Amino acid sequence: MSSYITLDHGSGGLTGQILIQELFFRYLPDPVLHQLEDAAVLPEPCGRIAFSTDSYVVDPIFFPGGNIGELAVNGTINDLAMQGARPLALSLGLILEEGLRLDDLENIIESIGAACEYAGVPVVTGDTKVVPRGKGDKIFINTSGIGVVGKDIEITTGRVREGDILLLSGTLADHGVTILTSRAGLEVAGNLQSDTRPLHFLVEKVLEQEGGAVHTMRDPTRGGLGTTLAEIARATNLCMEIEEEDIPMHGEVRAACELMGLDPLYLANEGKCIVVAAPARAEKILRIMRSVPEGAESRIIGRVSKKYPGRVVLTTVAGGARLVEPLSGEPLPRIC
Amino acid sequence: MKYVDEYRNRNLVLALIKKLHARTTMPVSIMEVCGTHTMSIFRHGIRNMLPGQIQLISGPGCPVCVTPSSVIDAFVELAGRSDVIITTFGDMIRVPGSNGSLADARAEGADVRIVYSPMDALTIAAKEPEQMVVFLSVGFETTTPTIGATILAAEQQGRDNFFIFPANKVMPPPLDTLMQDPRLKVDGLLCPGHVSIIAGADSFRFLVDRYRLACAVAGFDPVDILLAILALVGQVQAGKPRVENCYGRAVTRQGNTRAQSLVNRIFTPVDSEWRGLGTIPASGLALRPEYSAFDITKKLDIRAAPSSEPRGCRCGEVLKGICMPKQCPLFGSRCTPANPVGPCMVSSEGTCAAWHHYGGLEKKQIEGGKNEERQK
Ligand code: SF4
Repeated sequence: MSSYITLDHGSGGLTGQILIQELFFRYLPDPVLHQLEDAAVLPEPCGRIAFSTDSYVVDPIFFPGGNIGELAVNGTINDLAMQGARPLALSLGLILEEGLRLDDLENIIESIGAACEYAGVPVVTGDTKVVPRGKGDKIFINTSGIGVVGKDIEITTGRVREGDILLLSGTLADHGVTILTSRAGLEVAGNLQSDTRPLHFLVEKVLEQEGGAVHTMRDPTRGGLGTTLAEIARATNLCMEIEEEDIPMHGEVRAACELMGLDPLYLANEGKCIVVAAPARAEKILRIMRSVPEGAESRIIGRVSKKYPGRVVLTTVAGGARLVEPLSGEPLPRIC
Repeated sequence: MKYVDEYRNRNLVLALIKKLHARTTMPVSIMEVCGTHTMSIFRHGIRNMLPGQIQLISGPGCPVCVTPSSVIDAFVELAGRSDVIITTFGDMIRVPGSNGSLADARAEGADVRIVYSPMDALTIAAKEPEQMVVFLSVGFETTTPTIGATILAAEQQGRDNFFIFPANKVMPPPLDTLMQDPRLKVDGLLCPGHVSIIAGADSFRFLVDRYRLACAVAGFDPVDILLAILALVGQVQAGKPRVENCYGRAVTRQGNTRAQSLVNRIFTPVDSEWRGLGTIPASGLALRPEYSAFDITKKLDIRAAPSSEPRGCRCGEVLKGICMPKQCPLFGSRCTPANPVGPCMVSSEGTCAAWHHYGGLEKKQIEGGKNEERQK
């Protein structure tokens, strides 16, 4: 094989076949995928079906702590998990730009395979297209996923009540800051890393024991914690009160945010969730979340009240209070 | 993680707030000159904790905001050239000019890249020798030395495809102009710490001498800001204005003389247009003739056309502190951060953006809130 992606790789001919057989199948072992049928046929599910899709266009495609491939796997798994679904299978759609290095592609597919294996969720169907140079940006990935939702699980903002407790499963803004700093070529002391990781194990454990007490869950990806909470506030017409001091954050992240004039509340997370839970069960849920590695740094960060209906209020480290509005427009680093 | 930083310590902050409430006996209006202060005051929720008699007014200290529309238009026009790569700090790219913004130009195919330092622009120039790489040189005293250092590096490397579009400004002259405006009622100035690190606390002395303004140089953490406000209230009430350095851990009276001489070596003062304030003598910086080879406006003979403000936008008055963002009829309706009409809504340091983003919580709303409880 040549060492770059060419238009031939997407033509459906032999070159494409070789790519699939020699590269993709090496890392994606699922037998249903290997049948190369037009659609994957899966065993009958036991429960309601959750179905989700997301596209990934991150730049750079490799970043500290991960790459676009595992991001695409974990992202869709997490979207399913946030509805209380147990993920069953994924589809993988690749749009490659002519000229993409094959070893880059291999690295990405390899980490897709590894992420699927770790999560226990196979890729069962896929598609690859190649676009001419300049019509894409190295690689775009779409993943869709299906999962099943257990019988008594009902995760919806409609169940959020006054007095509910807000829990966050770990440190804030790791992914967003990592991407922005690596895009900027900024050297930040310490080690910044994307937090990309699947959350369905954590969710499963929580729901197994405390399913009834979990009212809603969200993963604060694009738009960050601030925007996600603002959405919950708006949807429920309740007030989300959070404490800045209680929001876990790495020192490096805080430093990088100050340097670039960015508010960590609006930066993306790729392996964190907000859990809104009944007050009586919150401490127990916190303990469960902390018992798994991806939730080890979980914290209670606030509560639901009626103080300012439809709004998010933050008590700052300094002891002041301010509203947190949803993000509008990309966060841009400032002039200083 | 708990914030251990003493300059954000909640108990210290609350103690200072208490002190302010006890000490403030008359109305005091304070202008925070710099956008970074405006943002920090909002972000930490300080505004809502201050005594009602203290009025905070935002000033002209946002470099993006004060760049006049004529210059923005010239940036956008330059970006349209196929032989030019524009490099700029991030918040410049969404500022609307009369024919769209740099972001619009980029969508139409212009090569506009966000950089974090002018040095990055020089790196791009080395990588793309066929293109003219232009750094949009905007910013105050804090930014200029780095740009100067980049020019020197470019000279040393013999780089002939690296240019700047000089639009740097200095802080003292517009403050002078501003204070002559009878519509503006200000008793004291919260002077920007980072500008003072370079320029020195003494650079604000003339405001005391000429206008009997109380001045306090402040850092950007809550404790810094409150200490400075306390100092200003003290000065104003005692009727003894002076320049008080409340950021002694970073600022000296003379400032960073090495940085100053670097800037003087490369730049020379020129008259410069400010949005809202008009043309102010010796308030901008141009490259000295020895370095004019790096000036894209010389190379391509670019002359800024006259400025025209976006229709209905009151940024000019907002920058002068005589109009509050909420008094602008477009605020929050036609003008939002996602869809800005004026620059004050774009920059992360812009006054309108700050009010739009953080200004929703009015003083009366937090009565009985946690703050009061904690103050007791
Ligand atoms: S709200 Fe918008 S239009 Fe009005 S002054 Fe501010 S930036 Fe200009």
